This record gives sequence, structure tokens and C-alpha cells, in this order.
Amino acid sequence: MNQPLLVTATQKAGPKVSIAVGAVVLALLIALPLLSLLPQDNALHVSAYTLTLVGKILCYAIVALALDLVWGYAGLLSLGHGLFFALGGYAMGMYLMRQAAGDDLPAFMTFLSWTELPWYWSGTGNFLWAMCLVVLAPGLLALVFGFFAFRSRIKGVYFSIMTQALTFAGMLLFFRNETGFGGNNGFTNFRTILGFGITEPGTRAVLFLATVLLLVASLFIGWRLARSKFGRVLTALRDAENRLMFCGYDPRGFKLFVWVLSAVLCGLAGALYVPQVGIINPGEMSPTNSIEAAVWVALGGRGTLIGPLLGAGVVNGMKSWFTVAFPEYWLFFLGALFIVVTLYLPKGVIGLLKKRGES
Amino acid sequence: MRVTASAEFMLEPAFFPPLEPNKDAGTSRDALGLGQRVEPGLNTRHGTILTLEDISVSFDGFRALNALNLYIGVGELRCIIGPNGAGKTTLMDVITGKTRPSHGKAWFGETLDLTQMSEVQIAQAGIGRKFQKPTVFEALSVFENLELAQKTDKSVWASLRARLSGEQKDRISEVLDTIGLTTSVNRPAGLLSHGQKQFLEIGMLLMQDPQLLLLDEPVAGMTDAETAFTAELFKSLAGKHSLMVVEHDMGFVGSIADHVTVLHQGSVLAEGSLEQVQDNERVIEVYLGR
Repeated sequence: MNQPLLVTATQKAGPKVSIAVGAVVLALLIALPLLSLLPQDNALHVSAYTLTLVGKILCYAIVALALDLVWGYAGLLSLGHGLFFALGGYAMGMYLMRQAAGDDLPAFMTFLSWTELPWYWSGTGNFLWAMCLVVLAPGLLALVFGFFAFRSRIKGVYFSIMTQALTFAGMLLFFRNETGFGGNNGFTNFRTILGFGITEPGTRAVLFLATVLLLVASLFIGWRLARSKFGRVLTALRDAENRLMFCGYDPRGFKLFVWVLSAVLCGLAGALYVPQVGIINPGEMSPTNSIEAAVWVALGGRGTLIGPLLGAGVVNGMKSWFTVAFPEYWLFFLGALFIVVTLYLPKGVIGLLKKRGES
Repeated sequence: MRVTASAEFMLEPAFFPPLEPNKDAGTSRDALGLGQRVEPGLNTRHGTILTLEDISVSFDGFRALNALNLYIGVGELRCIIGPNGAGKTTLMDVITGKTRPSHGKAWFGETLDLTQMSEVQIAQAGIGRKFQKPTVFEALSVFENLELAQKTDKSVWASLRARLSGEQKDRISEVLDTIGLTTSVNRPAGLLSHGQKQFLEIGMLLMQDPQLLLLDEPVAGMTDAETAFTAELFKSLAGKHSLMVVEHDMGFVGSIADHVTVLHQGSVLAEGSLEQVQDNERVIEVYLGR
């Protein structure tokens, strides 16, 4: 096999190659939306389907990175990050629904024969307020949940189960028509965003670029955190929380900070996901989605910044192919993948690459 | 010095560290009759850094500590010995806030009530603890372990913006030198030997610079040479810091202790110099054996 050789070469060349690879990927990601603007008959034209698919995967990659910040660095396995993602998505969806409905009520409210908007919908027609909600809804929920969970020193598997229960409860709540978020149909049939048609190639390209920008910004934040003393405190917290407390650090503040940051990043990713995919419904809060996010991170490599991005890309790439080729086997495959990664690749693909590079 | 007429005062050990001459003698608020001045830092006016009175801890009816009284003076090096299950580790847990006593008073200095403080507050107030099983941050390097332990602002915001000053780096290399880990500075702590981890943890305590150090079996797993070195290190720390050492190794205890407390079934059985304690009939009976 020539793969080890390739990896060794990468290792020898050191960070230069990694930077070069990163630059090429970034250039491709920037080129993609521009190519989609080319006329249809051009050989280099990128279809709207491809652009949407890659954009969707990039949103997932941000979720993976956010999850890795709490799981890989601070050791808090969240199985409820889908909730934060969906909340960001719903906040954006509220704005898009108001845009689509104009001065009328959103269509699903008319079906419920409601005559006025519920109070929490007020102001959502304003883009800036909707953007505030994108940050506030997941951020405040994470703050309150995290405050009580960390104060009660809930950790390990108990924490994971509680986050899982939280997202499940969220899903049940949003499934109800009376909650005022469109019940199980959620929000769809969006028309415009800031006055631009949502299916216009130009709008799609801008949304895609915004996603790339958010991904790069998240990477930068993650990188700065990981290199700061804060990052080292998180690692210390993961490995020996008692020792850290007796060193005089209060773990609660550190956990809460990274937890809320992670939730907000997920919310932002969700807000970019919804206009690109064109739908948001309570299915996004289903526990399986959150578990899948944990699989991305585990596959790519916990505690690294590139690993989760790689994991999200690989799993979702495979998913797109699998669900077309053998739709009924995808979940079995996903389960098998998780088992194999847990048993044989505790440090994920990145760990494997590193190990091969060293040997 | 104010002398209170309580019986408890009589229980204090006959140990008074050399008091530093007070520069403000005669001009302080005490002298003016204005009472005590609130000063930052620890108030140890009576020469006692740790006061435990009538402490009881029960776990499901089992009394791990039973009406225990213990006083540790400023700058003292106190050894605690006792058979397994005597309550030594529980005692440390009470002092560091990990376990709440069901009864009794615990004071750090004259003003800090340890029973009302969290573990973190106690650590920040100046009590450092070394665990029985060496506990270091295994994924971090030796240097980073010491960096985290360093006495500095430990809030979230401070950690986000923290940069090591030259002075702090010097302090870290000084401690590295003291604990003999200069050559392993960049190794992950998880790869160190048991003895090296012990030293790293002691080094972290030194970085933390607490007034009171609690050391739970610090020389377990060390070679004879390392043990001798640790004894010297602790003796050099005493005076500037107060130390409370729980240890089974009687040779080690003999080489460092000026004052020994024997615990038995959760209360103090005997207290005094090692010779006094070793000659005590009851101690021989329950612990040292014939």
C-alpha cells in the first residue's frame, strides 16, 4: 500500500503540507459557489444540488467542531447538540416565514385559525432581531441547562443522558401544533431572504460563502482556545477534575463557557443550514441526529480541530451515496462504523494518520 | 497577644513559631484599642493556621472521625500517623472541603470557616493538597502541569488571556530544578514514572504556594534516595509554609517530624514528639505493635 508512504511524506514535510492542503481545500470551497454562477452549459458549472449538499455538510462540520470543543477538550459528551442546531434553524426559519407571508400570518397559523401572532413571534420579521434570536435561543438554553447541570456536578454518562433527554423533550414540544412552530411539518416554502429570492443562484452562493466564513471563524476560535491556557484548563478538567479544583480553579465557569460557546456555534450553523436546505422541522431535534454528530467527531478524532471536520465530511459524504445506493442499510452501516471506530480507532482517523506517520 | 480563658486554648499544642517582629508594634489599631484591622490574606494572629475542634464525620452510621481536635501552628511540620481506617484521609477531605463534617468547627487561620467554603475557595484561600494516588494532568506536559498550578488569577477570563511573564517562567524552571524534572519538561505527565509523578505533584503544590500543605503519603513508591531528598525538601519548606503529612513510613516520619499526631478510630490518640509517641503505651498497643 502506498498510503503509509504518503502519510510519512506528509509528516516529513511537516506543517507546510498541512497548510497547503488546507489552502487548497479553502480555495475549492470559495471557488465552488463562484462556479455555480456560471451558465448551465459551461463545462465547469456546479449544480445547485451539489452546492446545497456541500453547504449542508459544511454546516454539519461546524456542529462537529462545536461538539468536539465540549467533548474532545472538556470531556463532556453531549448527545443533544441537535437541539441547539435546530433552535438556531428555527430562529432563522421564523424570519423566513415572516418574509414569505408578508403582512399576513404564516400559512400554518392560518390553518390553525389563529388570528394574531404569538408573543414570541413579535419582531421576528426584523432580520437583526432574528439573528439575535439565533444566538440567544440556543445560548440561553445552554446557559440555564449548563448552570444547573454543572452546579450539581453531573458528568459522564449521566450528563450525556440528560442532554439526550433534553433534545427529545424539545422535539416533542416542537411537534405540537399549539407550540406555534408549525408542528411536525415545521417551516418550509421559504421565498426570500433580505428581499433576495432564496433559490436564486446568487443567494445560494452568498449563503454558501457565509457558511465557509463561519467554518473558518469557528476553526480560528477553536484554535485560539486550544492554544490558550483556557484550553489547557479544559484538558486538565477532562483528565483530573479533582486535582484542578484543589489547584484553585472552579470547573463550573470553564465548563459553562465552552458549553455555551459550543451551543451558539451550533445555532449559527443551524441558521445557515435552513435557508440552504429550505426546510426545518422537529426531526432535526431527534436524538439520532445528535448521536450521529457524536459519530462524526469520534470517527474524525476527538480533541483535534481538523478531525471532526474530516469526520463530518466523510460520514455525510458516505451517507449521501449510501442513501441513494442502498437506502435501507445506511443505519446498520452507521452503527457498525461507530462500533469499529470505538474498538479500533479510539483516536479516530487523525489518530490513525499520526500513528502511521510515527511508525 | 489576647489570651482567652477558654478550655480549648489549653488544648493548643505547645508549639509557637518564632514570631516575626512586628514593625507596627505599638502603633497598630490593637494598641490604640480599635480592635482588629481587616487585612487581606490569612489572619494567623494566634500562631495557629489550622484549628479543628470536635470534628465528627459519619458515613451511614460509621464514624470516620469522632470528636477530633487538632491544631497546627504556623510554619509547623506535623506528621499524622495511624492504622488503616483511622480517618487520616477523611481528615484531609474535611480540611479541603471535599467532605462536610456532621459536627464541629474547622478554621483556617482565625477568620476562615472551612465548613462554609467550597473546595475551590479553600484551595484559593491557601490550602494545597497532594493526593494519596499521584494525580497529575496526564495529557499535559510537565511544564503545563506546573503552569496550571501556578499561583495567579484562576478565573475564566484570566485564563483566556493569560500569558506567562518572564518571572513566572523563571519560577517554573526553579521548581522544575527543585523536583529534578528539568530534562522531562516537555514530556506528557502521563509518561512519567510513579516517583516522578509524585515529585511533579509536589512541584505543583510548590507552584501553588499555599500556606498550608496537606500531603497524603508523599513518599509512597519512591526510592530511598528520593525519600531522603523529599525529607530535606519538606524540612526546607517548614517555617515558610505549614505542612501536614500523612505517612506510613516511620523512617520518613522520624526524619522530618518535630511533632506527631496519632489517629485511632477517628480521634487523636496521642500527640507529641516521635519519641514520646513511640513510648506511649496505648499507641504501642493499637498501632506500632511490639
